[in-house]
Amino acid sequence: MYRIVRKKVLNPTVTLMDVDAPLIAKKAEPGQFIILRVDENGERIPLTVADFDREKGTVTIIFQIVGATTEKLNHLNEGDYIHDFVGPLGVASHTEGLKKVAVVGGGVGCAIAYPIAKKLHNLGCEVHTVAGFRNKDLVILEDEFKACSDIMKIMTDDGSYGTKGLVTDALKELIESGNRYDEVIAIGPLIMMKFVCKLTKEYDIKTVVSMNPIMIDGTGMCGGCRLTVGGETKFACVDGPDFDGHLVDFDEAMERGTIYKEFENRKREEACNLFAKEGK
Amino acid sequence: MPNMSLKKNEMPVQDPNVRNKNFQEVALGYTEDQTVDEANRCLSCKNKPCVGGCPVSIDIPEFISKIKEKDFEGAYQIIAKSSSLPAVCGRVCPQETQCESKCVRGIKGEPVGIGRLERFVADWHNANSTEAPSAPAKNGHKCAIIGAGPSGLTCAGDLAKMGYDVTVFEALHLAGGVLVYGIPEFRLPKSIVQHEVDNLKALGVKVETNVVIGRTIEIDELFEQGYEAIFIGSGAGLPNFMNIPGENLKGVYSANEFLTRVNLMKAYKPDSDTPIKKNTNVAVVGGGNVAMDAARCAKRLGADNVYIVYRRGEEEMPARNEEIEHAKEEGIIFKTLNNPVEILGNEHKFVTGMKCVEMELGEPDASGRRRPIVKEGSEFTLDVDCVVMSIGTSPNPLIRNTTKGLDTNKHGCFIADENGQTSREGVFAGGDAVTGAATVILAMGAGKTAAKAMDEYIKSKG
Repeated sequence: MYRIVRKKVLNPTVTLMDVDAPLIAKKAEPGQFIILRVDENGERIPLTVADFDREKGTVTIIFQIVGATTEKLNHLNEGDYIHDFVGPLGVASHTEGLKKVAVVGGGVGCAIAYPIAKKLHNLGCEVHTVAGFRNKDLVILEDEFKACSDIMKIMTDDGSYGTKGLVTDALKELIESGNRYDEVIAIGPLIMMKFVCKLTKEYDIKTVVSMNPIMIDGTGMCGGCRLTVGGETKFACVDGPDFDGHLVDFDEAMERGTIYKEFENRKREEACNLFAKEGK
Repeated sequence: MPNMSLKKNEMPVQDPNVRNKNFQEVALGYTEDQTVDEANRCLSCKNKPCVGGCPVSIDIPEFISKIKEKDFEGAYQIIAKSSSLPAVCGRVCPQETQCESKCVRGIKGEPVGIGRLERFVADWHNANSTEAPSAPAKNGHKCAIIGAGPSGLTCAGDLAKMGYDVTVFEALHLAGGVLVYGIPEFRLPKSIVQHEVDNLKALGVKVETNVVIGRTIEIDELFEQGYEAIFIGSGAGLPNFMNIPGENLKGVYSANEFLTRVNLMKAYKPDSDTPIKKNTNVAVVGGGNVAMDAARCAKRLGADNVYIVYRRGEEEMPARNEEIEHAKEEGIIFKTLNNPVEILGNEHKFVTGMKCVEMELGEPDASGRRRPIVKEGSEFTLDVDCVVMSIGTSPNPLIRNTTKGLDTNKHGCFIADENGQTSREGVFAGGDAVTGAATVILAMGAGKTAAKAMDEYIKSKG
């Protein structure tokens, strides 16, 4: 059992938790993920490590409430316990030798992009951050990103905050204005990563994306997280989750992500109904 | 007087058309009378050929003679001297190729049903014995076991009995390894596995779940933490695919994923949060025990038609005869001498069919089995909405990639000598991580041998 030591609501659909997991906190690196199970009958879901504190022994997760499991997780409070919490899994993001990087985050993906931006900044790398959100209410980690970015651009779909437009608009502008990036790191919805890669391909800038497919064990055993990279089948859990974005088959990944959509919708409704009843 | 019947007492089973809709155990177990009657078929041979067929060398005629006297607890104690998991082995061991294959009664007629007797004795003990095993006096030495599957649990049990302070590290949230994620409830009830794990805990074995060695903790750190000898029983690893078009369509599973969803995550129960796709027609590709398990699970999940698609003939299938027979009785359709070449999907990328070719058998290949050759112009499409690939596994790279000085062979399996000793001092290995996918009992045998070698190693250091 793993205790939640801090819970913070970042926006109406995104929550942060610091979880007491000293063994994982000791080892975790940006880009890696954990797998958790909320309760006895819970499914195993992967969440990327958003931060860690080696001294306090805590691992930070940031999650969007999208299904039954995240709904249940969000229902837990400080002092409550998560049934299972295992990691750090996957290969850490490659940061060596990078001098100038554009970090592009979309929505809750910013939670994953942040620790990498922070690490790069600490290594002396010049970091330009582009963070995109649907609207002002959904903006997260603005101060954190500012603290580790040389340039910070916030984009919103409706223009209610920052600049109206897509992350690709801002990235294109940065590139066009003469910035030469060693690498672009894009983390967010698959569709966003796909279009970032399309753009950077035109400029021939190496682009790394973090994939977050459906998983069970997270240690290579089930193969459920497989995706096509450069025509080959890879397992996101042991070969990734970071991959060369120019080689990833995003369309296939998007399709594979929808296999349990009906089940997930039904389970989410069940979870919501249960909590509504409890609230009465 | 020995019972000279040429046939074994038949195992009572659930009716095939009832059991293929539930997840309760298929084989119901002998009654006490059947057990004693079957025990009386044993001739108590002086040279005990059956023992030589047992990977953990259980004194089989001895425990059977206790059954003849109706001393079931006595029989259990004899088995327990050699086996840590009798209730498991009585169910899943391939006795027909091991102990029972050596039984002299098998020369003319059927061998003694040793497995069924073992199962009865273990179940009898679990139901009637109130005595929980107690932890022996500790000898002050620490051992670490990686993986709570059959080899790891066996190794842990033997070391604990010798007085070692044993910790088992398990990557999943539950101990048992393939016994909980792979073998289905209807062949091996999970309560039995839990009981065996609880027994180990009573012996003083600590089980740390949710710890991935190679990620959470590395082997070198275990030595730093004071573990003097380490056993790697990390299991078979990554599922293989065929590398044919369409394998990433929605509805294509590895057997590992399919079985893990069903068995470990209990996707067949309505209150489980883990989903599994509802399927009408399922093809399971492969001919091993794992393929049979997957096919029988698919049937129980409500599929109308479940096919076993195997490129060789039924003769060549690696699965146990009993599993093949049970699968057939439950309505699984065998399409042997068929090989998939492509999986077809619709515009939403869900599986709609599997293109196959017919095969014929040629000359024997390296495995000694006749090599399948494609029949020209035999292509056809099987109407399925789910495909389960059950064609083996390759070793997991996590420990290999994070541990210096640990040699692996060209397949990536750990190299270990007959005692389980690896290329690294103090590190032992066994089970599927060494041999590639094999059986529960062979893994247990390896765990047992390694425990002995670890004891000798630690003692030799003084």
